[in-house]
Amino acid sequence: MPSLKALKNRIVSVRNTRKITKAMQMVAAAKLRRAQEAAVAARPYAERMNAVIGGLAAAAAGSDAAPRLLRGTGQDRVHLLVVMTSERGLCGGFNSSIVRLARARAAELLMQGKTVKFLTVGKKGREQLKRDHADRFVGHIDLSDVRRVGYANARAVAEDVLARFEAGEFDVATIFFNRFRSVISQEPTAQQVIPAAWEAAGDRGLYDYEPSEEAILADLLPRGIATRLFTALLENAASEQGARMTAMDNATRNAGDMIDRLTIQYNRSRQAAITKELIEIISGAEAL
Amino acid sequence: MAGTMKFDLVSPERRLASAEATEVMIPGADGDMTAMEGHAPVILSLRPGILRVSGPEGTAEYALTGGFAEVTASSATVLAEQAVPRAELTAAFVDSMIAGARETAQGATGAARDAADRLLADLEALRATAA
Repeated sequence: MPSLKALKNRIVSVRNTRKITKAMQMVAAAKLRRAQEAAVAARPYAERMNAVIGGLAAAAAGSDAAPRLLRGTGQDRVHLLVVMTSERGLCGGFNSSIVRLARARAAELLMQGKTVKFLTVGKKGREQLKRDHADRFVGHIDLSDVRRVGYANARAVAEDVLARFEAGEFDVATIFFNRFRSVISQEPTAQQVIPAAWEAAGDRGLYDYEPSEEAILADLLPRGIATRLFTALLENAASEQGARMTAMDNATRNAGDMIDRLTIQYNRSRQAAITKELIEIISGAEAL
Repeated sequence: MAGTMKFDLVSPERRLASAEATEVMIPGADGDMTAMEGHAPVILSLRPGILRVSGPEGTAEYALTGGFAEVTASSATVLAEQAVPRAELTAAFVDSMIAGARETAQGATGAARDAADRLLADLEALRATAA
């Protein structure tokens, strides 16, 4: 039976924890709203980009002159897994769910005798993958100084990936991130970006191309990949805040329950102590 | 009096402008072109330069750093990598881009070198307007 003093300390400590988790939840809610706005604002660009590339890619597909980014290297030997996670913890299963998906994919590819390389974005994923894939890391991109993910960050990641592709370091690149469904639901997603499948947009009519169809496609594909990465980063940012909000909400509720339980225990112990003292006094008086 | 077309200027991060326009002057990679209502559909890539939009609400100018544009008979959509209103264009901003382009130009060879040199020349022209 802990002493009254110890119980009191415990209650105070849990109460402080609850204050912190409550504050974190509110901060996450504010950040979530901003992240969602950013994701919505970025949508028109990504949609147009995908539509135009889709039209061009459908026309170019199958021809030998198609850019390597579209066609692939013709091999399927080396896979690059780009794992995008958060820089901070305390966000529930957010990072674990991405890592779990990436790990399952890596195990599957290794079983098939392929080579797997990891490029990590965000340090939480790196920490989790370090245990069994440390020798497969080829790079890491740190976003811990970035307060708001911008297109420049996505482009930096894209440039890194594209440079490795040009250097022939891998054949297929897949990104792993959490797609934002709602505040309480994020879906870990794997998306192949190189060679990417661009869904052909229906009938887009005839366009002239200036300078030429091939030149524009070659110019657009790297941008398209950067845009996909940007979309993924934004989805991830929104998901992270959503996951953190839910996790902190649960933590706050747990702390509340714990305080209630501890308070009852505290009151009971105090009552027991009082009763005990009274019995001692009364039996002392009776003995006289 | 020419009719109007729908004009959108979109950057990866947000929609910068959306308005009705009578004519849009686009800095295309192969030279400037002006799109008006009824223009033949065209997709063109952009070079760094000034985009000028004239419409019922007056004229607006934006400095772009590349991207592409989609023009149809009734709309002009410009997808710019980076775009700022002309008034907010600062020499320092262009200078930082020129430094980056110079670095690329130095390492590149052949066709990539030509492209980098052209980008550099475009940026320097843009620099002159920003001063």
